[in-house]
Amino acid sequence: MSTNGKSSMVTINLDGNEVEVPAGINLVEAAGIHGTEVPHYCYHPQLSVAGNCRMCLVEMGTPMRDRGTGEAILDENGVQKIGWIPKPIIGCGTNVSPGMHIKTKSPMVTDSREGIMEFLLVNHPLDCPICDQAGECRLQEFATDYGRGYSRYVERKNVKPKRTKLGPRVTLDDERCILCSRCIRFCQEVVDDDVLGFVDRGSFSTLTCFPGKELSNNYSLNTVDLCPVGALTSTDFRFKMRVWFLKESPSICTESSAGSNILVSSREGEIHRITPRRNDSVNDSWMTDSGRELYKQVKSDNRLLSASVSAESANLTEAISSAIDLLKEKNVGIVGSCHSSVEEQYLLNKLSKNIKAKKFLRGHFGDDDGILLSADRSPNLRGNLVTGFTNKYPSEELSELSQALDKKQIDALIVMGEELSESGIDLEDLNIPVIYLGTHQNKTSELSKVVIPMLTSFEKSGSFINRNFRLQSFKQSVPGPAGLLPDLHIIASLINGLSEDTEQSSDLASIWKQLSKSPTNPLHGIIYSKIPEDGIQLNGTKWDSLSFVEKKALHFSPLKQTQKA
Amino acid sequence: MIKKKTPKERRIILKNADNPSYSNKLECYLKNDGYAMLKKAFKMKPEEIGEEVLKSGVRGRGGAGFPAGMKWKFLDRKSGKPIYLICNADESEPGTFKDRQIMHKDPHQLIEGMMIAAYAIQAKQAFIYIRAEFFEGARILEEAIAEAKAKKFCGDKILGSSYSCDLVVHRGAGAYICGEETGLIESLEGKRPNPRIKPPYFPAVLGLYQCPTIVNNVETLCNVKHILEIGGEEFSKIGKPNNTGTRIWCVSGQVQKPGYYEFECGALTLGEMIYDICGGLLPGRKLKAVIPGGSSSKILRADERFSGKLKDGTEFDWSIDDIPLDFDGPASAGSMSGSGGIIVMDDSVDMVEAMANINAFYAHESCGQCTPCREGSLWMKKITTRMCGGEARKEDADLLLSVANQIEGRTICAFGEAASWPTQSFIAKFRDEFEDKAQNGGKKPPLQLI
Repeated sequence: MSTNGKSSMVTINLDGNEVEVPAGINLVEAAGIHGTEVPHYCYHPQLSVAGNCRMCLVEMGTPMRDRGTGEAILDENGVQKIGWIPKPIIGCGTNVSPGMHIKTKSPMVTDSREGIMEFLLVNHPLDCPICDQAGECRLQEFATDYGRGYSRYVERKNVKPKRTKLGPRVTLDDERCILCSRCIRFCQEVVDDDVLGFVDRGSFSTLTCFPGKELSNNYSLNTVDLCPVGALTSTDFRFKMRVWFLKESPSICTESSAGSNILVSSREGEIHRITPRRNDSVNDSWMTDSGRELYKQVKSDNRLLSASVSAESANLTEAISSAIDLLKEKNVGIVGSCHSSVEEQYLLNKLSKNIKAKKFLRGHFGDDDGILLSADRSPNLRGNLVTGFTNKYPSEELSELSQALDKKQIDALIVMGEELSESGIDLEDLNIPVIYLGTHQNKTSELSKVVIPMLTSFEKSGSFINRNFRLQSFKQSVPGPAGLLPDLHIIASLINGLSEDTEQSSDLASIWKQLSKSPTNPLHGIIYSKIPEDGIQLNGTKWDSLSFVEKKALHFSPLKQTQKA
Repeated sequence: MIKKKTPKERRIILKNADNPSYSNKLECYLKNDGYAMLKKAFKMKPEEIGEEVLKSGVRGRGGAGFPAGMKWKFLDRKSGKPIYLICNADESEPGTFKDRQIMHKDPHQLIEGMMIAAYAIQAKQAFIYIRAEFFEGARILEEAIAEAKAKKFCGDKILGSSYSCDLVVHRGAGAYICGEETGLIESLEGKRPNPRIKPPYFPAVLGLYQCPTIVNNVETLCNVKHILEIGGEEFSKIGKPNNTGTRIWCVSGQVQKPGYYEFECGALTLGEMIYDICGGLLPGRKLKAVIPGGSSSKILRADERFSGKLKDGTEFDWSIDDIPLDFDGPASAGSMSGSGGIIVMDDSVDMVEAMANINAFYAHESCGQCTPCREGSLWMKKITTRMCGGEARKEDADLLLSVANQIEGRTICAFGEAASWPTQSFIAKFRDEFEDKAQNGGKKPPLQLI
């Protein structure tokens, strides 16, 4: 066997070169590992194989053996002969086997690709200049790379519906559809919401929703990402922006503890859309529709854009010093947040230690959809555990704070973005000074003595720990509103103003030096700039006894259940 | 030259069908030794029946001509999953009308053949997937099944044994592609009849409901009864080696007596069929071309010579009249016997129009799943329709050929070949007519102003 001793790897011959690939993968993946693109439309690594676009046709041969004896058939040079299959085969539907030969550049393959490209384009409206997909269209890309470059088609093109509203967020142009069925398979296999299908036959096949159904599930916009052409478009994004103007930055979705990996597309500081970023350990290539809407918070009407002291607009540095004055020598309570980054939570914890403040934390919960919207609707609850801000599982109610207020144990309060009235605190009875640090206005900010505006996760860098105890970093995508300071700088200023300790830096790298120092902490030894794009799996077994709310979902199963199994 | 005596029909499958006193009722079937073979089968071991079928060498009558016994051998019996038997009665290849006769006139023969086959492969459930347009056939079969069930010839505890196999008639979805094995299975499962990719979905392993499944043609399943009657060995002597048994040929087109004729394989030639059996062409007409096995097989030109070597090594040099009517004859002539639908064309036929007709059929029947067939078949239709409408261009013949070549061998199922072979052969053999269209009809007719 040509497995070189490693049972999980096989050797195949790719365009004349012997290469090693993992056993059991298909030819599109195998060629991809070695940098050879096998173009494809219908194949998607996280969906079932349909084999209908025929773009991935390659030539394949296997070592010849005598049918009777099973012995290898050799050529005149003593090398085993290769039995080439006379027809091209689909790379997506064929798995590698030891000694398999593949040609991806032979005349037969080139001719197949040219033929398929021509067929895909005959009834496709070649209106790229007005098509929303232009610039990120597989049809454009492969036509350039593998097409003939001219058309022999002189007949009339088929006419199909141009702007079907499949649901509240997705619009379909059937003439552009190449019938790859990715969207159909996605709805069936990932979301289990079988609403899309083809009607009519042959070249008149048309994608549509089944009668009485609509594509309204919370994952519908993934069909837009999956669509290799401009057929499925996001109703929110279509015709708003040319994609080549967009800058893409990797980030993490803050909607829930699933921590979907995302790409934030922005132009000149303004976010235009959010799309999922592939991470096979977290979100595959998907994200929720609701998560994509989060960028709208950045420019929402109730965004806090300037600091205020006693309801009067104030300069940020003044606000910070008023906060320090208010907090000095008080019994301070700190309401932390599961929405803060690991670094912010660490600094907040340090502040609480330095000024011996009482810590409070509330969770945000909802229903678990079993895919990527988890019951814990905050991105970083586990960050509070890892940084030591809390060692208990938070509830929605701040009952401890309520008791502490009743007993008058606290005479100043720092609130990190939380709305206290939602967590069982009677705001009217709250007669101690409140320092509110947050991104948006709410009832708590309105009665706060000092309000310090903060940045959204799109405007800063940091990291979150998701439901799997996976540490994932996010980078600043757009600049924050003018005049605002980084959140870490603000918390560091509070630390420096309230304690005579050594100066606390607000620099991510130096915060991480402190964070990763303790050998007992799961973050031990991690350097922020070295966190890989797909994150680092932390050891969270220390918190097994806590009753986490998340249920079994995509790439997640509750710890206790796995231990039982 | 002494003219050979015209061979006579040998009717095995259609033995009783056209007898005026014969009806499709069970009573009549039983009078003619009906279900005797089923009783014989139940005294045999299932695998023995399989052996007989393998020995008989009977080849599938649906079009591909794959040995039925071999097909049964491929069945995955180790999976522990239930096994299904499906009778493919979706007869829709243009030019073919044999299965319809069997189902209408002798439905119990099919039921008996199916129940023997079901017992042989130990099927849990059997289906007759009947073409949607055969509503009369479906009604007849349903009545026949009810009769057979009442007498324990199918259904629960067949013939009082411990073996049960229900038989259900399923009306097709009204598309040619439903006759493709895996498309049929998808359709039977209640989905669009999109053929499945092979590998991995070989019906014998992952067929209906992902269980091992055998799909056989109506005529093939009827043959099972007769194989049992005379034994596989004896059956293999009917016809010619590798071309055993009889075949029902369906002759259509411009002959005096079109119809269906059952002959031993290889018993007569195409010429004998046309001139002796079917009474020749219409008066004053000359033979132009023949499509020997349903519209998807390649066309044969009347003045062609076919020469080469047969599988057994003998050399041949045939005119179109000499082509023996069996599986290998038309195949040796570069076409195929397919489903046995012989379409005869005389010199009145405009080949471009015939091509346009065939192309229209395939464009309409393509399921639309995979790109080459979906787009290519309609493109070819649009070209030939345009050519017939007086807008032919010089380059159209080459374009048609190129489009057909871009379809062949690149599709999920054999529909790609079925759609491209006619075009390839029409262009290869009648290129002059396609080019003439551009010469003479290339100009747009003047607009008729009203």
